[in-house]
Formats: sequence, structure tokens, C-alpha cells
Amino acid sequence: MQIPYTKRTLSNGLDVIVHEDHQLPMVAVNLWYHVGSKNERPGRTGFAHLFEHLMFEGSEHHNHGYFPPMQRAGALINGSTSTDRTNYWEVVPTGSLELALWMESDRMGYLLPALTEEKFTNQRDVVLNERRQNYENRPYGMAGMALSAAMFAPDHPYHWPTIGATEDLRAASLADVHAFFKTFYHPANASLALAGDLETEQAFDLAEQFFGDLLPGPVPEPVRADAALAASANLVLEDRVELPRLYLSWHSPAMFAGGDAELDVIADVLAHGKTSRLYKLLVYERRIATDVSAYQHSREIGGVFQISCTAAAGVSLAELEAAIRSAVTQVATGGPTPAEMERALAQTEAQFLYRLQTIGGFGGKSDQLNAYNTYLGDPGYFDRDRQRYLDITADAAASAARRWLQDAPLVTLSVVPRGRRELALTGATEVHVS
Amino acid sequence: MSPVDRSRLPVPGPDRPFHFPRIARRTLPNGLEVRAVTHSAMPVISIVLLVPGGSSADPTDRHGLVSITAGLLDEGSRGESALAVADRVARMGGDLDLEVGVDAVVVALTTLDRFYEPGLALVQEIVAAPNLAADDFNRIRNLRLERLRQMKDHAGAMAERAFARALYDGHPYGHLGLGTTASLTAITVDETRLLHAALFSPAGATLVVVGDRPAGELLDLASSAFGDWRAKSSPMVIDRAAALAPPPPRPLTKLGVVSRPGAAQSELRIGHVCAPRATPDYHALLMLNTILGGQFVSRINLNLREDKGYTYGVRTGFDLRRGIGPFVMQTSVGTEVTAPAIREALNEIRDIAATRPATDDELSLGFATVSKGYPRGFETATQVARSVAQLALHGLPDSYFEEFIPRLAQVTRDEVSRVAATYLDIGRMTTLIVGDLDKIAASLPDLGLGPHQVLTPEI
Repeated sequence: MQIPYTKRTLSNGLDVIVHEDHQLPMVAVNLWYHVGSKNERPGRTGFAHLFEHLMFEGSEHHNHGYFPPMQRAGALINGSTSTDRTNYWEVVPTGSLELALWMESDRMGYLLPALTEEKFTNQRDVVLNERRQNYENRPYGMAGMALSAAMFAPDHPYHWPTIGATEDLRAASLADVHAFFKTFYHPANASLALAGDLETEQAFDLAEQFFGDLLPGPVPEPVRADAALAASANLVLEDRVELPRLYLSWHSPAMFAGGDAELDVIADVLAHGKTSRLYKLLVYERRIATDVSAYQHSREIGGVFQISCTAAAGVSLAELEAAIRSAVTQVATGGPTPAEMERALAQTEAQFLYRLQTIGGFGGKSDQLNAYNTYLGDPGYFDRDRQRYLDITADAAASAARRWLQDAPLVTLSVVPRGRRELALTGATEVHVS
Repeated sequence: MSPVDRSRLPVPGPDRPFHFPRIARRTLPNGLEVRAVTHSAMPVISIVLLVPGGSSADPTDRHGLVSITAGLLDEGSRGESALAVADRVARMGGDLDLEVGVDAVVVALTTLDRFYEPGLALVQEIVAAPNLAADDFNRIRNLRLERLRQMKDHAGAMAERAFARALYDGHPYGHLGLGTTASLTAITVDETRLLHAALFSPAGATLVVVGDRPAGELLDLASSAFGDWRAKSSPMVIDRAAALAPPPPRPLTKLGVVSRPGAAQSELRIGHVCAPRATPDYHALLMLNTILGGQFVSRINLNLREDKGYTYGVRTGFDLRRGIGPFVMQTSVGTEVTAPAIREALNEIRDIAATRPATDDELSLGFATVSKGYPRGFETATQVARSVAQLALHGLPDSYFEEFIPRLAQVTRDEVSRVAATYLDIGRMTTLIVGDLDKIAASLPDLGLGPHQVLTPEI
């Protein structure tokens, strides 16, 4: 299984990756900048995500909104920001490929002349609303921030959330924002994937034509930071929730590092679907939880393995904690069963195949080519990525669970209804997130 | 290579034509309608079964019965446990989805091509012969009761609930699929069996199969898997026509507030009951909505988000159904700008029907947005299968997708103005706020919507 592609690097350092797929008369244009919230610094957080907004507000040669011309072309258009990268993409009818490339290249090369104080202030207000809507006004919405803050030291780049701190967003100046753009948004720090109804040679010609004369810009230094918990921590957060929820969070391997795929399998075995150990035990049999989830959230310079579980009415979080810890110990000791390995394998194979169904958008083929290229320098890693999972043995999975979970310190966070601190795990320290 | 001309945007070239693939059809002796489409992109199969009668078919004193019955389909069948069913789905790398809409229940399985036959067998079994056992029923009902408790934390969920009631009080569209604590508590496992026998019947249902095989083969295998599905008799009568009755002419509430002390934002809904999916004005309404609030560059989003910075985003929609569906604007805004945001939104809705009708430019932009992006909706087998199932639900012809763009192209500016004036009526709009009442109460009288009513949605 593979996504056939051709990759070339322009003289200014821009990686260009082309994949042909003529099923529909559409082309996906997908651009990754290797900048995320981890490239920010304390006190100046939220910039990478703020740019995800500002990039749609106009550039020097098209100093108007980016949506009208793209929508007139029938494009689907969006972007997203993580701790590690920002992506921008369009899916356009074949005849509008040049339009999309013109616009992407103009905002890469010529954004700042059009970036005024007024646009900046307006989009900062939109972001503050996004923060209120998606975090502050959402049940359990602040738990992720509380956990990141507890897992990573204040100067570690995963300490702060991608949306940024409210006070940082309010304090940001136009000059700060300009400086951030100059450091990170240029061909040498970007990767362009074109997938769909196009011819490979013509696609490279167009990429050269639109992006070839942009200045390369500096190559940012890779971010390095070590993360470890000196000791376990036990926290409580009060929130507008009806049912208490428990989070358990461990440091884990970075993406593609040894143990990463193994912990994905462990997460599946513990909490993916009704047949998983924790769902079966806590929700199906004992009925002391309403939901449980586990995932290995691997990122560029480190991962977090997290289990969360919502208590059924009247059930104590201590009871859930004991059951979860015991299940972790069991899988770390005995490893997954043959049936669990078979299920995990079948699902992995299918998921890799499903990932080949779309050319564009989040997780489509163009996005995957860029992900592999940005993190590994190899857009063709798809099949090796899949093989990482097929090669896992039960012993290797158990060994990863021992090393990263069973024998390691962790952060536990109880999220409880306001005024009900007594529902948290015993001895929990209160945290405040704003 | 010539340098790029940055003085103007490139003019899009011609687009390659797109044709929706042919839909093959067959009616089985048991009455089941089967549709098949060959989709050659990937060795992936999509199996979608649509059973008409969603939450609007709930008995009036048993809100939530259709939803919990559908939710029990994959909790064990033919004597096998829920875990055994889940194991089978996992081993085929499958993605099984049970959805309850207002008008239909949809069971959808996506799996690999090589699991087409076991996939068909699984869908047939869970739909035709679910266990509906008492123990599973109690477990699932308790999970749903817990979910209802959690809904109190969700501003959006509270808004949906209060808004449906305000527009459709007493009508089959007036409640949400999950039901309420009281109605769920009253439901018995026997009632799920009666409902199942009455609702899940091959006659009237449509099975859509899409994958990389000849249509004849897709149809043959589907027919043999579902051929022995028999309707059961049930003393429970399902009234699928109840949803077609007209909703109340006036809403229960003109300005309603669900109080949420300390809320970081105000969740808003504005709208009224509007039209059925079968309206001949469907295409014109779609154009109207695109211009008013259906896309990023719509009037309301440009005003509230891009100009004022009141919100992260706002959208409108004509949620058209078999019966008369609503027009709804929805957004979430900063508490302190609640009243100005409502005023701006109401102004936009009023103006497009009166003083600022859609312009030629807006019409051509809206048409381009919808028509040029149309092929994107048919990229995966699952997208194709779900689209075909929608044709069955609304009685639309197989040629519908092929005719969609030509029909949309005929919509004129006058038609958009006419449907705006006909279908949008500020005087009948309900404005609903879920937010911090103490902080916004003083600003509400100036809206000119009369005194506000404090609502407490039944959960």
C-alpha cells in the first residue's frame, strides 16, 4: 500500500510533493508550515494559531479576504494549528489550481505589507471568542490545559495551549506578530503537497512559477526540550459539570519513536470499542463509568499517554482509579491476548486503507504526504508507518506499557462539579486555569 | 518561465465535467428497495440501510423510544452478546454507525471489500433480529440517563432542546431523539420490542450498497443477504405521517432565555418553522441560505465575525425535512455583545427579504460555491451511499444529482427575493439565548422583542 508521489525541492528550499488521482475533477492544495505553538515562548503564546486566522485576511497583492475568491471557485478551504505545525489547504476544481497557488504563494511571500493593526485586533477578538466557545464554555474544556501545564515545566513548549493564554493574546503587539511571521513563514520552512486531478510535470512547473521566486528565509532551529515528571502529581479542577471525570496522564514516546505504535495498541486494548478491557469492565459489566477513553497522543518532541473516564452517578473516582491502574498493570504484565492483537491488527489495516479515500482536507492524502515529509523528510513513509503496527508483538506492547505506564510517574486530574472538591481523589491539589 | 502576474488573480480555467454514477435498483419480494452504485476508487464497501420513521415516530408519551431501540441494535443479535457483535465489527475493520434523525433511522457500515458478505450479514442480523434483552436495555437506558444529566452542562444541547420545543410544541418535531429523564424512565424493554417489530420492516426501507464491484454483483449479494428479512406484526402503531401535520402557527416563545450563571458566552438560536424538503422552492432557498448565512462569506458571518468580532462563527440553515422543517440561525457570542449580536442578526435576516435583496454578484458567488464544489460530496463510497439514501427518504428521482446543478443555475435574483419574502418572517421568529441572564437582562428590552421568558427545558 502506498501513496505514489514525486518530490522535488525548489532552490529556495520549498518541498513540493505531487500525487496524481484522477477520480474526481478536483485538486487538493495542502501547505504545511513547520511552526506550531511549540515555537512560541512564554508570555507570547497563541501566535501560530492567530496566524491561522490572519492568513485569510489578505496579502499585498490581494488585500481582501481570502474566502470570496476561493469560494467563488468552489473551493473548500481551511487550516489548523497544533503544537508542532500549521496547515493550510484548499480543495479546488481542477481549473482553479492556479488560483489556489497564486493565493497560497502571495500570503507566503507578501503577507506583512497587508497586515494592519485593524485586522490584527479584529482577528484577536475572534480568537478570544473561539477560546471561550471551545474551551471555557465547554464542559471539561479546561482539563487539557490543566494537564499540559502540570505535565510540562513552564519553559517547555508543550506547557501552554495552542489557542494561547488570554493575557498573552491581549498583550500581543503588531510588531510581535510581524517578527513571528518573518521567522517561520517562508519556503525553507514549508512543504507543499498537490494531489488529485493534475499532471505531475505541469504541477511542478506551476509550483516553480508561483513559489520559485520567493525568498527562502532562515531555517528555524529545531526545538528541543526534555520532559519528565520528577514525581506523580494529584490535581483537582472544579468545572461546570454534572459528573466527575478522572484523567490519568503519563509522558510517552514522541511520534514515530520506539514505543509509540506499541502504546497505540495498548490504548486500543484498554479503551477502544466495547470489547476493550476498560469499556468492558467499567461500562459494560460493572457499570460504574459512563465512558472511558485512552490514547497515545504522540507529538514531535514528546508524547502523552492519557486515559480518561467519567464516573456514573454516585461512583467515586477512587474506585475508577483503582480499576484503571489494575488494568494497566495487567496489560503491562501479561500483554495483549492473541484475540486483542488480531482485532488491533485488522482495525489498523482498515484504518490505513480508509486514509487513502480522500485527496484533501484534514487527514487526506495530501495532508499525510506533508505530515511524513515535515516530520521525517520522507513523504513515502506511509507503508513503513503501517508496517510499524503490523510488526508489533504482544511482548513488545507489554514492555512499552511497563516502561512508560506501569513504572512511571503520572499526573491524575479529577474534574468535579463546582463546590464538590470532596469528589476528587484524596489529597488532590486544586489547580486554576484561565 | 514567465514571472507571475500579481496584479490580478488568475481566472479559473474550465472545469472538467462531473457525472454522478448510475444507480442500479431492485425491489425484493419482501418489499425492501435495494440500490447499488459502483465506486471504483478504493476496495472499500459502504452498506447503508435507511428505515423511515425517526424520532418523530416516537409515541407521544414515549419520547426517546425510537432512539433507544435503534441504539440497542448493536447490543446483541441472534442470541450473540453485544461484545460478540463488537468483536465481529472490529475483525472486519468496520465502522458501524447507528443514527436516529427526525425522519429516519440509518444503519451504516463501512468495511473492506473482502468483508462485503459478512458485512451484509451483520447489518441484516442486527436490524432483523436484535436481542432486545432486558439486561442490555437497562444498561443502555442508564447510560442515556447519564447522558441527559451531562447535557445540562452543554449550552448547545440546552439550546437545541429549548428551541425545538419553542417552535414545535406538541408536534412530533418538538422533542429531541434522546427523550427526557421522565420518558426514558417510563419506557420498558417490551416497548422496544413492540416498536422494533412495528418500525423495522423491509417494506418502505431502502438498502444502499456502494463499492468497487459491478452493480449486478452488489445487488445480488445484498438481495440474498436481505431476502429472508420478514416484517413482524406488532400491536404498536407507528404514525409516520404524524410529522407531516402542520406545526403550531405561532411559537411558544418569542424571546426565551435559559439561564446559565457565569457562562463565558451566550449560545443563540433564531428562527421559525419554514417549509418541507419537498417544496418546489428548494433550490432557491438553498441559494438564499448560501448568501445569508450558509458559508464563510455570507452576510451574517461577515457582519458578526469579520466586521464586529462578536463570534467565532455563525451560520444559518433551512433544516428541511419530510414535514415542515425550521429555518435556524445559530451562533455563540460574547456575553457582553449578546443584544447587539441579536440585533445585527435580525437586521440581516429582515434586510435580505426587504431593503437589501440579494445582488447579482452574491447570486453568482453563491452559485459558484455550491455548484463547483459539488463533486467533492461524492469522493468516498460512504458519501455516495448516504447521498443515495437521502434520495429514498425524500422520494427524489435517481437523476436528482445529475440535474442538481442545471436546476440551481436557473435560480434568479427575483426568485431569491421572492423566497426570502415568502419564507422569512421576522414577526414569527423565536430568539433563544442560553447564557448569563443577570448580565444580559438589562440589554434585552431594547431589542423590541417584548419581555423575555425564562425557560427551563425539561431534561
